[in-house]
Amino acid sequence: MKIKYFTFFSFTIISLSTNAQIDPSLLRRIPIDTTKTLLNMDAIYNRPALQAGKLPISLGGYVETNWQHVGTDGVSEGHQFQFRRLSIFIASSISKQIKFLSEIEFEPAEKEISVEYAAIDVTFHPLLNLRSGIIVNPIGAFNQNHDGPKWEFTDRPIAATQMLPVTWSNAGFGLYGKYYKKDWMFGYEFYLTGGFNNSIIENNQNKTFLPAAKEDAKRFEKSASGKPLVTGKIAVKNSNVGEIGLSYMGGIYNKFQEDGLVLDKKRRCDVFGIDFNTSIKKTKTNIISEWAWIFVDIPATYTQQFGNKQRGGFIDIVQPFFKHKISGWDNAVVNFACRLEYVDWNVGKFIQTKGNIGDDLWSVVPAVSFRPNSLTIFRLNYRIQKQRDLLGNPPANTAGFSIGISTYF
Amino acid sequence: MKQLHFVTGLIIGLVVLVVSCLKLQPAAPAQDQILDGPVDGLTFAQNAQHRRGDAAFTGEIFTKKTGLGPIFVATSCGSCHAGEGKGHPFSTLTRFGQIDSMGNQFLNMGGPQLQDRALPGFTPEQIPAGATFAKFLPPSNTGLGFLELVSDADILAMSDPTDTNADGIKGVPNWNNIPSFITPNLNAATRNGKYICRFGKKGSTYNLLQQTASAYNQDIGITTSFIPKDVYDGVTIEPEIPTNIVNDVLFYLQTLRAPIRRNQNNADVIAGKQLFISTNCAGCHKPELKTGFSTIDALSYKTFAPYTDLLLHDMGAGLDDGYTEGTAITSAWKTPPLWGLGLAPNSQGGQYFLLHDGRAKSISEAIQLHGGEATNAKNNFNALNENERQKILTFLKSL
Ligand code: HEC
Ligand code: HEC
Repeated sequence: MKIKYFTFFSFTIISLSTNAQIDPSLLRRIPIDTTKTLLNMDAIYNRPALQAGKLPISLGGYVETNWQHVGTDGVSEGHQFQFRRLSIFIASSISKQIKFLSEIEFEPAEKEISVEYAAIDVTFHPLLNLRSGIIVNPIGAFNQNHDGPKWEFTDRPIAATQMLPVTWSNAGFGLYGKYYKKDWMFGYEFYLTGGFNNSIIENNQNKTFLPAAKEDAKRFEKSASGKPLVTGKIAVKNSNVGEIGLSYMGGIYNKFQEDGLVLDKKRRCDVFGIDFNTSIKKTKTNIISEWAWIFVDIPATYTQQFGNKQRGGFIDIVQPFFKHKISGWDNAVVNFACRLEYVDWNVGKFIQTKGNIGDDLWSVVPAVSFRPNSLTIFRLNYRIQKQRDLLGNPPANTAGFSIGISTYF
Repeated sequence: MKQLHFVTGLIIGLVVLVVSCLKLQPAAPAQDQILDGPVDGLTFAQNAQHRRGDAAFTGEIFTKKTGLGPIFVATSCGSCHAGEGKGHPFSTLTRFGQIDSMGNQFLNMGGPQLQDRALPGFTPEQIPAGATFAKFLPPSNTGLGFLELVSDADILAMSDPTDTNADGIKGVPNWNNIPSFITPNLNAATRNGKYICRFGKKGSTYNLLQQTASAYNQDIGITTSFIPKDVYDGVTIEPEIPTNIVNDVLFYLQTLRAPIRRNQNNADVIAGKQLFISTNCAGCHKPELKTGFSTIDALSYKTFAPYTDLLLHDMGAGLDDGYTEGTAITSAWKTPPLWGLGLAPNSQGGQYFLLHDGRAKSISEAIQLHGGEATNAKNNFNALNENERQKILTFLKSL
């Protein structure tokens, strides 16, 4: 949902000027909660924020900025200095049972300010909460848990951005709840929202591309198919073993009728996700992984350029190896990390040759990160990537460094 | 103190990194391994136009919004001509219609080209009853500007309709009608109002402008100021891409360089070339042609090595698909240039798909499928010993 820059800036200025009136000693930092057992689905609320005195509103956000020098087959854009994004959260507890949170994301390169999330939550029981507004569809784990400072990598996982639509949010409502007992925890989410449109198979990427639907800001008001997108997720966590999430998102994506005139048959897009994360106690190694399968009903008479099956995911392994007080930073940590990722945008065989359709990518990203405190991360990544075209010709090789900073504020 | 060490260490590390990152990045593939790239000697402005054309040819993916279809074969030029290399059965297109030079009787039934794909909600074409057809695998788009500039006189000089030298090879140009938006060259040869055409596997297309405009129209369903009729309903509509883009793409095709030979000085390659000539493969696959005058200096009066004569040859019953264009007979095909042959697998998904429809899975198989006017050459080839045949293949892969 694009807002005019003007409104955004005047909003910022107003909030800054009101802030200026507040005695900073009244500002209270609400840290990330690390005590409670939390699920991935809590990521939206479990963010550091600032609260002024007794004001019922807390503010927070994060920035991501980086430098990179990446080249593909001898062609490099050279040194790139990028301001990736600025995200602002505004949360408010209206009453004990009712709270509101919104996240506004500003991506200068996309010339876009978007309301990524803005929902009211009403609690009836821990197992029964109503959420309504602009909701981040809980497919996989990354979509809900994408804050820059949480990750050791300057780039978001390719499967999450170029296959699944990252920060994919829609207007809608639904229920969620959590239950825990001893070491076990269970959570569920179920939403009905607006959804995809024909752009997922009609786009300039020349491939089935779910993220193309994000460009249609009208989706917050008008769903292309007029049918709800159903998203559901269950997650189970054992504090000794880890958390596993199973998610589903699906619905009719195409505009199959207009003014009562049938344009096409109803066509579905279904996504299945599985995510797992754990922390190995002995070595303190963190493992975060996610895999998704996409099935799109595409007319047989369209072109196989647009795949009807996709799959992909990533696994991040993060190993803290140095935890110390470094020059005034009390809890500084240095991590080694590595991400392995894979995407196949077109799983299947050519009708003409029965040979495999290519259109796939894999990459390895070793990384070193430095976390001077729990809010900030400095990261250094090296990407090695191979991407094959539709016909499976020799891959394009990409490699290069990036250095980034991301911090909550 | 500690802090200072930390910061100094960090800065040194970063500097080392910035310097090393240039070294650690993947190198460009060698120029002799790829086909796309401009001819040497273009001016700054010409290079810029080449790049614009490249962007439109390779990068512009058409969608319903930008005019795709509603019936089509592919969504962009680049989908079928990836890296300018030879295509794949996936990007093969089908044309249907006539068996003689009376012209296509199926133009009002969707001919000549089968748009076998359609936007959701639309029905793609089917080959009408009674129509014959042939499948066409995309050729590599390389050195096209040179081929366009071979003079009609030179082409006619290679033609030998009555086989006066009795080598079994005739070779005739495809005399065809040209559309009204095409201006024939100054010294164009004519016969009954028809012109010598040289592009396409049946040699039925006059020049690269005609090829480009009809590709937009017939392959992608995009109208231009040259062919403003929509392929679906035949209704004249506003051009779906501006004329300057068509011109950029045209210029891009004209200024694509010729492939760079590999292992040219290898003894087997040199011996293979001699055998290629002595078996009379070179009777059709002519090792050397020259261009005439061009306003593009880099193309003007140049000698080049495409291994074609731009003429039609009767290739025998085995390659007769019962479909034709222009004045070609159904079993006739234009000698395809063999340059770039060794790079074909790089764009065909790692294997060979040769001959007009990709039916041959290796160079040897392609040779064995030669018949008609090429029978003698094939027999000569088969009479060679294994070692000599290998040398011809090694030579062909160096092209
Ligand atoms: C559906 C796949 C497809 C698409 C899309 C396509 N082409 Fe082609 N192209 C072919 C095939 C197949 C041939 C051979 C046609 C023939 O032999 O008549 C060809 C031939 C050509 C040739 C002639 C080469 C020669 O040596 O005779 C040129 C030039 C060309 N295409 C340019 C283009 C341009 C420009 C576009 C985009 C506007 C385009 N093509 C889009 C499949 C395609
Ligand atoms: C009479 C003319 C003629 C002679 C002689 C001839 N060829 Fe060909 N060649 C053709 C034609 C025409 C085609 C295309 C046929 C088709 O597409 O169905 C062709 C196709 C080929 C191809 C496949 C090219 C491609 O791009 O798919 C190869 C390889 C080839 N010839 C090699 C040879 C060799 C080696 C010899 C000698 C043994 C030879 N040719 C002799 C006319 C000739």
